[in-house]
Order: sequence, then structure tokens, then C-alpha cells
Amino acid sequence: MSKHSITISVNGTDHSAEVDSRLLLVHFIRENLDLTGTHIGCDTTSCGACTVLINGRAVKSCTMFAVQANGAEVDTVEGMAEGGQLHPLQEGFWEKHGLQCGYCTPGMLMSAKHLLSKNPNPTEDEIRWGISGNLCRCTGYNKIVEAIQYAAEKLQQEEVAA
Amino acid sequence: MIPGEFDYHSPQTLAEAISLLVEHGDEAKILAGGQSLIPAMRFRLALPGTLIDINRIDGLSYLREENGHLLIGAMTRESALEESDIVQSKYHLLADAAAVIADPLVRNLATVGGNIAHSDPANDHPAVMLAYGATVMAAGPNGTRRIAIDDFFTDLFENSLEENEILTEIRIPTPAAGTGGAYLKLERKVGDYAISAAAVQLTMSGGTCTAARIGLTNVSPVPMRAKNAEQALVGQTLTDDVIEAAGQAAAAECDPSQDLRGSVAYKRDLTRVMVKRTIRKAMERAN
Repeated sequence: MSKHSITISVNGTDHSAEVDSRLLLVHFIRENLDLTGTHIGCDTTSCGACTVLINGRAVKSCTMFAVQANGAEVDTVEGMAEGGQLHPLQEGFWEKHGLQCGYCTPGMLMSAKHLLSKNPNPTEDEIRWGISGNLCRCTGYNKIVEAIQYAAEKLQQEEVAA
Repeated sequence: MIPGEFDYHSPQTLAEAISLLVEHGDEAKILAGGQSLIPAMRFRLALPGTLIDINRIDGLSYLREENGHLLIGAMTRESALEESDIVQSKYHLLADAAAVIADPLVRNLATVGGNIAHSDPANDHPAVMLAYGATVMAAGPNGTRRIAIDDFFTDLFENSLEENEILTEIRIPTPAAGTGGAYLKLERKVGDYAISAAAVQLTMSGGTCTAARIGLTNVSPVPMRAKNAEQALVGQTLTDDVIEAAGQAAAAECDPSQDLRGSVAYKRDLTRVMVKRTIRKAMERAN
């Protein structure tokens, strides 16, 4: 089995490590970097709990090897809040009760972040479509959709204000 | 679940990738988007000794029209099809399929070439490319050759690529005037494989169907064309009776197996319904 020297930027900080070829990106994030906000749900590429952004695009980090992310910029849920201020998406999940058990939430947040970066003013249908790779067994999704709508509005207001 | 051990290579050029394939033979697997291969490795259904990651080879990801064809680089992500104006405006069958392959997260990594090279009859692109009459380009140590899609799928997860060849491009003929296509899929939930799906490409002239190609998803051990259904349409005015006859022909010629998605009888009848609906949608677009 081959070993590889990799450097991955996670939430803006470079991390270098020697990894086995078979180490999955989600295990690198959780075990090597101790960033346990990225969850492992199904282990079968079905649930989206492990969603992170790679160069700005939402992907399932359980279905990529760490060595493939060498040189990439990875964003996880830990990088969302800035200076102790919740990101508007996090605030939306708080205000609109977008979670119950919270297990799917980090993945939902990252998928929603990618969605809003492509489409800042999505319709309800587009939001449901955008998070269709993320499973939630508690909320029935309605509150998650409302949370993302809240964030979309707030981000647009911030844009106008700026 | 942890995959088995393997050696990993990430060549920078196609020539380097091919020489790695030559060196490692059937021990090696090509890693494209990895959205089928990595789950299979985690279940230990696939235990390749060597992975050749072709993600770092420049120039394998593109969508462009040339000489009457849409050229799709093998490493083009499924999400790029959804974001492409050319695909959305002119290649409706492909655009329909791109929206229903797996889920949005998977589509950000999954590739068109990988979907075809995997040759899983449950995947969506095989039926789509059969309906388009696409051509597959393969590069090997002796150069590049073209393979007609009708000659590509040979068995379950098997195709006519040689052990030392890499699928590099897919060529879809640009639809002529009067041609329309559609893809309709019934799935239990987003991300699941089709219970049954149909890909239809029709050419209409003065109310008569002059050409038809129909591909079916996940109702046969090898990706298949519904040739009897095609024959039921060609030369006909597409009345309700003719469309029903095509649906029934597809139901009879498909070869589904019973699984958690349904019985053989259910899947045959569903195939009849999906083929009929898809023909109607393709007809609307052809006119």
C-alpha cells in the first residue's frame, strides 16, 4: 500500500500529513485534524452527513480519498462562523428550528452554502432540489427549507447593505 | 467501512496513465469521479491492487460542439451537464438525465465517462447514449479508436474497452431538425437507481416518425436498446395505438430481475408506461 505526503487547506489553514492511499477524506478530517463536526452517517454514499466543500463545491467526503484532495481547499462546518458570529445559515437553522437531533445539520449547512453560492435567491423547489442529497430523519425538511430561506434573505440584505 | 489496500498513482498525462495501465494490467482500476468505485471498494466488492487517478490529467473535461457532434470529455462532471447552456438548449435527452443521476452531491464528482465505463445497466448514461447513437473514444498504447455505442456494452459491468485502454471522450450527434429526445426515470427516492427508465430519441417528418432509438435503464443485465419498440414507431403516425404497441414491445423485450424495487411483472409493466410517456415527451420536443 502506498503512502503519500499531502497538504490540504482546511478552513483556510494548511495541514500536511503522510497518509495511506486508502484513507478517506472524512477520516482525515475527523481523526487526523480532530474536526468532528463533519459526521459519518450511512457510510454508503447515501446520506450526505459528511458533506464538505472542496474548492467551493459540495461533495461527500466519505466517497473521496484524502490523497485526492491534495492541494485542494476544503471547507467544513467549523469554518462557517467568523469571529464568534454565526453564519447566516447557522443563524437560520437556530431561528427557524432547522434541526432536532442535529446529526444531518453540518452536511445540510455545507450543501446549502454551495447552493446559495450558485443561486443566491432560490425558490422553495430549488432549495428542496439543492438539499436532495442530504437526508434528515427528524424535521420532515420544512424547517430546514425555512432556515435556508432565512439565510438567503439575510445574505442578500447584507449584500445590499455592503 | 475501510477499503482494502492499494497503490495509488495520479498521472499528469494520458500517456503516463496508459503506461501505468499497461504495467499493472487487470490489477489496476481507473479512478474517475469514484462515486461508484469507492463505495464498491468500501464494501470490498472491488479490491483493485492499484488505482490510477485520472483527475489530475488536464484536458479531459470539456463540452463543445464540433463537426455535427457534441464532444464530452470523459472527466466532465455530471453537474457540468446541468450547468451547460449547450446541453440544456439542444440536448434535451441528456439534460433530462443529468438532473436525475444520483443526487446533487454525487453529481459534483461523478463523471460522464465513469458512468459509461462502469457499464452498470442501472446507470443512466448507457441508455441515454444508446438512444443518441453515441460514439465512445478510447485511448490505448496503440493510439485512439472509436467504438460505436451499440458495440460497447458486452455484459454486466463489461464493455469492449481493452484492459490497457481509457475512455477519453463521448460523441453525441447534434440532433437534426425535427428530432426530439427525452429521459424519464421512476425512482423510489432521489439517489436510488431507476426502477425503470426510458431514453427516447425520435425524428418526425410531417407527422410520421422517420427514426427512433430507445434505450432502457435497469431492466436488463446489459444496457439495452428496445429495438422492437423502435420498429413499432418507425414509418408510423404516432397515434395512441402505435405508442401503446411500442410500450408493449419494450415490456416484452426487456429482461428485468426481481429485487427490492419490484417484481418482474411490475417492472415490465412499468417499462411499458415509462416508454410511452417518454415517447410522448420526445414527440412534443420534435415538433
